Amino acid sequence: MSDMDSAPLTDRRMIKGDAIFKGVILALAGSILLILLIMMFEMVKESLPAIKKFGGRFLLGREWDAVQGEFGALDFLYGSVVSAVLAILLATPLSVGAALFITDIAPRKVGNVIAPIIELLAAIPSVIYGLWGVLVMAPWLQQSVQPWLIEHFGFLPFFQGAPYGVSMMAAVFILMIMIIPIITSITKEVLLAVPVSQKEAAYALGATRWEMVRMALIPYARSGVLGAVILGLGRAIGETMAVTMVIGNTPQISLSLLAPAYTMPSVIANEFAETTSKLHASALMEVGLILLVVTLIINIMARLLIWSVTRGDTGARA
Amino acid sequence: MNSKLKLEKLNIHFGATHAVKDVSLEFPANTVTAIIGPSGCGKSTVLRSINRMHDLTPSARVTGRILLDEADIYDRKVDPVAVRRRIGMVFQKANPFPAMSIYDNVISGYKLNGRVKKAEMDEIVESSLRRVALWDEVKERLKSSAMALSGGQQQRLCIARTVAVQPEVILMDEPCSALDPIATLKIEELIAELKEQYTVVIVTHNMQQAARVSDCTAFLYLGELIEFDVTKKIFTNPTKSQTEDYITGRFG
Repeated sequence: MSDMDSAPLTDRRMIKGDAIFKGVILALAGSILLILLIMMFEMVKESLPAIKKFGGRFLLGREWDAVQGEFGALDFLYGSVVSAVLAILLATPLSVGAALFITDIAPRKVGNVIAPIIELLAAIPSVIYGLWGVLVMAPWLQQSVQPWLIEHFGFLPFFQGAPYGVSMMAAVFILMIMIIPIITSITKEVLLAVPVSQKEAAYALGATRWEMVRMALIPYARSGVLGAVILGLGRAIGETMAVTMVIGNTPQISLSLLAPAYTMPSVIANEFAETTSKLHASALMEVGLILLVVTLIINIMARLLIWSVTRGDTGARA
Repeated sequence: MNSKLKLEKLNIHFGATHAVKDVSLEFPANTVTAIIGPSGCGKSTVLRSINRMHDLTPSARVTGRILLDEADIYDRKVDPVAVRRRIGMVFQKANPFPAMSIYDNVISGYKLNGRVKKAEMDEIVESSLRRVALWDEVKERLKSSAMALSGGQQQRLCIARTVAVQPEVILMDEPCSALDPIATLKIEELIAELKEQYTVVIVTHNMQQAARVSDCTAFLYLGELIEFDVTKKIFTNPTKSQTEDYITGRFG
């Protein structure tokens, strides 16, 4: 072999290319972080007038009066948290049930048809959910469901007042329907990842299908299922359009699910275009800031929760 | 010899594949029977048909009869769940439930019977763990995760979990293939003790192990039963030349 055949040990062209590539990637990655930081900074800056004027009163205050210049966000905070939490409570068992049905109960062919249909639901724009909610679901709630609840369970504080249709209940149902596909499809993937050996262990002990689910599937998959629920909660608390269309947009705190309510994203969407003063705009910005912080808190709590339930079972991910 | 378990003309298909062909075998009560053969010969497939694990595989089709105390476990009226409570199984890779403690793992199968008193559970857990010689190693940490145990301990835990259900037959699918020699020795000693109470069927690719632990040995090749006899005879004076070739290491 002659020396002519061997490649030179340094290739200036390649070294230069790598440096350019590295620079471009670094800039792209850095810009994401930068955008986030600028956004946070702007939100805090824009909220400052409201923060200075109201302080803690903003979080606990219930007055929202653009004319008088008095702003308190508690009603919106309540509406957001309650609607999202109730939606999650309803959606979780339904979604886990649907995922179990697809992965372990239905014949594979049936599951293969149902799964993409459920996932398709996640692709529907939220304004369509809202439109359906306000034109179809809300009237149905008003005429059938809510009167029945008032008649039979009216003694409970949750079902008191007049049936309006648009209400906290409508928002909860719409959110539930919207987050079911997310929780279902993630839970499905998590369940499919449970090793066959775990299922066989339960079956070999004489477990029925349901006992196998309880003994082997759910405990093994629980951290993943929790993760799915958290994602659903994140979506529910930030959902704007559909909720705005069905919740009734009335700032109030009522135990009754039949009463209208208001959420943080809804008030921002409804009022931002027609702010009457600098302070009003600033108050809306602060609502946005609170929404961001609430979302962060939920995510952190969720991570702690997942960490605490999975501590010890190192095999779960092995 | 009265046979606890009898396979009659067992045939198993997976889709178009004919994996097990006309296998007939008898397993006497309180003995250890080894099923040996090269990889892919259908030995695990036969074993898994004995507690109806193939019910979980949609493409699998089992024909023929498997008699447990003269009753066909593939009879239309038989509930596979009930079969599996009488015929327990230990798998190739130890598969304790990772989210459960040692204690909960042992009692998990027994608890399926319904509500059990705490004192009764304590007793079952202790006796099952003693049965597999694990009690002294874990009695101080019954509430800790099963995943903290070594591979050999985990496999003995799985045997304890199977024993706790009080089955009549225990099937073992290469139970030592993932274990080191010392852990293997412990399991082999355990198998010898288990046969006092149970009928044991063990699939193994380790011929020395078959020779050490079993009373009878079945040799399977390409889905067919080539030879079935007392272990001593199979390993010293096999009738068929294929058996001799396999145990002397000429193929497989």
